[in-house]
Parts: sequence; structure tokens; C-alpha cells
Amino acid sequence: MRRPGGEPRVEVAAEAPWVRRLAILLAVLVLGLLLLLPLLAVATEALRRGWTPVVAAITDPDALAAIRLTLLIAAISVPVNTLGGLAAAWCIAKFDFPGRALLLALIELPFSVSPVISGLVWVLLFGAQGWLGPWLQERDIQIVFALPGLVLATIFVTFPFVARTLVPLMQEQGRSAEEAAATLGASGWQTFRRVTLPDIRWALLSGVLLCNARAMGEFGAVSVVSGHIRGETNTMPLHIEILYNEYQFVGAFAVAGLLALLALVTLAAKALLERSGDLARLRRPPA
Amino acid sequence: MRGGGASGLRRRVLPGFGLSLGLTLAWLSTIVLIPLLALVLRPLELGPAGIWASLAEPRVWAALRLSFLAALAAAALNLPIGLLAAWVLVRYRFPGRRLLDGMVDLPFALPTAVAGLALTALYAPNGWLGAPLAALGVKVAYTPLGVMLAMAFVGLPFVVRTVEPVLRDLPREAEEAAATLGAGRGQTFRRVILPALAPALLAGFTMAAARAIGEYGSVIFIAGNMPMVSEIAPLLIVVRLEQFDYAGAAAVGLAMLFLSFLLLLVLNLASRFWRPA
Repeated sequence: MRRPGGEPRVEVAAEAPWVRRLAILLAVLVLGLLLLLPLLAVATEALRRGWTPVVAAITDPDALAAIRLTLLIAAISVPVNTLGGLAAAWCIAKFDFPGRALLLALIELPFSVSPVISGLVWVLLFGAQGWLGPWLQERDIQIVFALPGLVLATIFVTFPFVARTLVPLMQEQGRSAEEAAATLGASGWQTFRRVTLPDIRWALLSGVLLCNARAMGEFGAVSVVSGHIRGETNTMPLHIEILYNEYQFVGAFAVAGLLALLALVTLAAKALLERSGDLARLRRPPA
Repeated sequence: MRGGGASGLRRRVLPGFGLSLGLTLAWLSTIVLIPLLALVLRPLELGPAGIWASLAEPRVWAALRLSFLAALAAAALNLPIGLLAAWVLVRYRFPGRRLLDGMVDLPFALPTAVAGLALTALYAPNGWLGAPLAALGVKVAYTPLGVMLAMAFVGLPFVVRTVEPVLRDLPREAEEAAATLGAGRGQTFRRVILPALAPALLAGFTMAAARAIGEYGSVIFIAGNMPMVSEIAPLLIVVRLEQFDYAGAAAVGLAMLFLSFLLLLVLNLASRFWRPA
């Protein structure tokens, strides 16, 4: 309000043009060196001997098994965390109750825990010498070093993404629209689907995308609970590590390139969503 | 904004409170709280003396020291770079700005193992950057310097993204007043802009450091993982788990959490001190 649109602005507080140019150049140079060069290195190392070994590395049975497992884990963990995140955002943003701030802090807790610890906790619970280990062994149920452990570790790591994207947005939108709908006789589900969901769909999609990218790319947590059984409990990031340790560099970088592509697609989609959904304002650093 | 008095009434208007809170608590307890409880209780089996003995090994100290010092150094390195990036993105318009903006989030989206592999390839003695650096006598890969570099990579977006919104909302009037009163641009930056950004910079530093302390995937490839030299604390947990030393692994994990908590506490107190009354 202080500055009506048409009023010409006198730039008394601006840098000299050469300072601007230098700053831009420096920023582009440093970020390019620090962020872009690693991506180029992945592509170059993967394509060192052309496309044939890249295709061979990706269509290798162990690699295909790793890709399938990664997709399966994401297909289970992302919906679980989407549902949980929606529930958490609904009760935190639309209701007043004591302990709301604490609840939000606890939901964000996994972001401040080392990925290795996120895997470790499951081994402590379900591992051979874990609290429930003997009980599980008697019943021949395998959790750690099997699919359930991988899924649990992934859910732990990606736990806050959806809730964290939705809560600030839903808090800002308030609750008068929902209250109006409820007063007019809409059921809870109708209110959510017709009133809340249209307002949050872009943010929801953005949160789901980030959650998915992390679920597919997680390394530390799944590394601890995987047991590294080839073709069985190896996800894509773990497969990369095995190939690398066996000096199969082209293969390692080929699979890494595949995951890097996923990251780039996620970033592009997120940028598009932010532009269409006006989310940039609410952008907070995820982890 | 949120009427406290009307909350009782409102709770009755909107449905789904019990269901959503119940679902949230169930989800939170099974996935986060109960597992973390195991981490806290498990080392207690050793008893206080046992925990101490498990942590007092020189190798543990070296790993914890490396994880924390490298994380702090990386976060400090992120401050000038992050400030520069945020400044250029908020204040200037230039071709490729959108692309640069998107690039900043790359470390968030790139799987850590991929980042680790890429950084190792770059900074290995025969890599694009490693070779010229080696010619200068600087060894990056397989040294603590490499550990710090990988941590700086994952932490950079935190500084940029916390400084950006504050810089965007900074009233230009203060800068204009300083300029009108005869301050040079450099003086205005030091005396007016930087103090206003200090809390955001500290918050970004804290987040970047917290993330770097626990970082695993991006670090272990470039670190070389030599015990006592370039072995980080999370790796030590993995090593102990492989030896089926569950309580020992949990003890290292607990020590990491405790030290991180202490660090966050100190940095939060510092930010309170910093904030203008």
C-alpha cells in the first residue's frame, strides 16, 4: 500500500552495475561448480563407453530387481505418509487444542535424525537381538533384512514431507470455508473433498512428489535394515553402492544417472506446481 | 487471529477432529516415537559405566569430533555462498535466474548416494576438480576436507531458502534512508542489511549443520572411511551393527542425538540473544 504501482521509483539504494554483474557471475559460477558439475560428472562417467553398457547395467537382472523393489517400497510408503500427513494437517490446522506445536515438532522429528539412526531403531526393535527379535524368530516372521523393514525405515525417513507442506498452507487458509460448508449441512467427507481439497491439491501434490523422491532415493536408513541380499533386498541406491564397491563404475553411474533423472523430474514438477499453485510464498526448506 | 474463546464452539462445527487426531497419534507413535524410545532405552542395558566404556574408545571420539567439526565448518562455508545466492536470486533479474533458483534445491532432491558418487568422481585425484587441486597440493577425496565438502553440498539449500524470504520482505525504506543519510552501499550492507539478515543466517546455519551431522550417503563415498581420520559417526553405527553390537551402536546414536540437541540448544539461545529486543 505504501508504494502505489504507477509511482516511479528512484533507486537511491542500489549497487553499482559492475557490482551486480560481478555478484551474478560469482553466484552462477559457484553454484554451477558446487551443484551442476556433480550432475555432469554422473552423466559423463555413465556414458564413458557409450550407451550400450548403460543399457546393459540397467537391464541387468539384479538392477531390474532393485528398480522393482524401490518402486514397491515407494508405492507402500508414500500413500501411508500421504494419509497420515493429511490427517495431521487437518487436525493441526483446523482445530485448536493444547500441544499442537509439540505435535508438529514431533512430526518433524525424523528430519533431524540421522538416516542411519532411522534404520538403527528398527534393528533395535526387530533385529535378531532386538526387543521383539526372538519372538519374531519363533514365529518365523522376518522384518529386518526383508521388505517390511525396508518399508518401515522408508516411512520413518519420509514421514514429515506431506504434513510439513500442508500445515502452513492450511493454517493460512483458515477454516471459515469449511465451517460454512459444515453449517450448510455438508458431511465431513464432502467438506474435505469439495472445499478443502481443491485449495490444497497443488501443495499436496508437491508434498507427495518430494516424499516420493526421498522414498526412492533413501540410502542410509535402508542400508542399515537391508542386509544387502542381491536381487532380494537391494534398492536402487544400495545397488549403486554394491556396483561401485565392485569397481563396476559405469554400471554404478548408469543407475545413479537414472536416480538423478528422477530428482530432476521432481524438481521440474515442483517448480511448475509452485508457479501454478502460488506455493513459493510458503516455501520452507524441506530436509 | 485464532479465537481462543470460540474454539469450543468451532470444534463442534467442523467434524473429524477425533478421527484425524487419533490417526495422527497412531501414525506418529508407531513410526517415530516407539522406535526412538528403543534408541534411548537400549544403551541403558549397558549401565552408565558400560555406556561410557562403549563411548570412551578413541575411535568413537575421533568419529564424533569429525562429524561435528566438519558439519560446523560446512555450515560456516554455506553462509557466504548461501547469502550470495539468496541475494542474487531476490534482488537481481537476469536470464537463467529461474534455472539457478531450481538448481538450489538440487541437493534436497538428489539421492544422497548419487551425490556421494558424483562428488567422489569430481574430487578424486584424477577427477575434473581433484586433478587441478592435487596439482596445487590439496587433497580433497578421502580426507576430512572431502567430508566437509560433501556436507556443504547437502546443507547449502538450507541457508539459501531461509535467507531468501527474509531478504524479500526486508523493507527497502531502511536502505534508502541509509543511502539518503550518506551511507555508501557497502556501509548500508554491513550496518543495515546484514544485521537484519543475521537471525535468518543463523537459522540456516543451524539447519545446515544439523543435517550435516547425521549425513551418511553423500559422505561415505568421498570420505574413504579411514578409522581415526575420515570415519564419520553414522558409519561407526553401521560398523557396530555389523558386529552385532546393538547396544554399542545405540550408544553412539544416542551420543549423536544428545550432542546435536546440545548444539541446537546453544544456537537457539544465540539466536534469542541476537534478536533485537
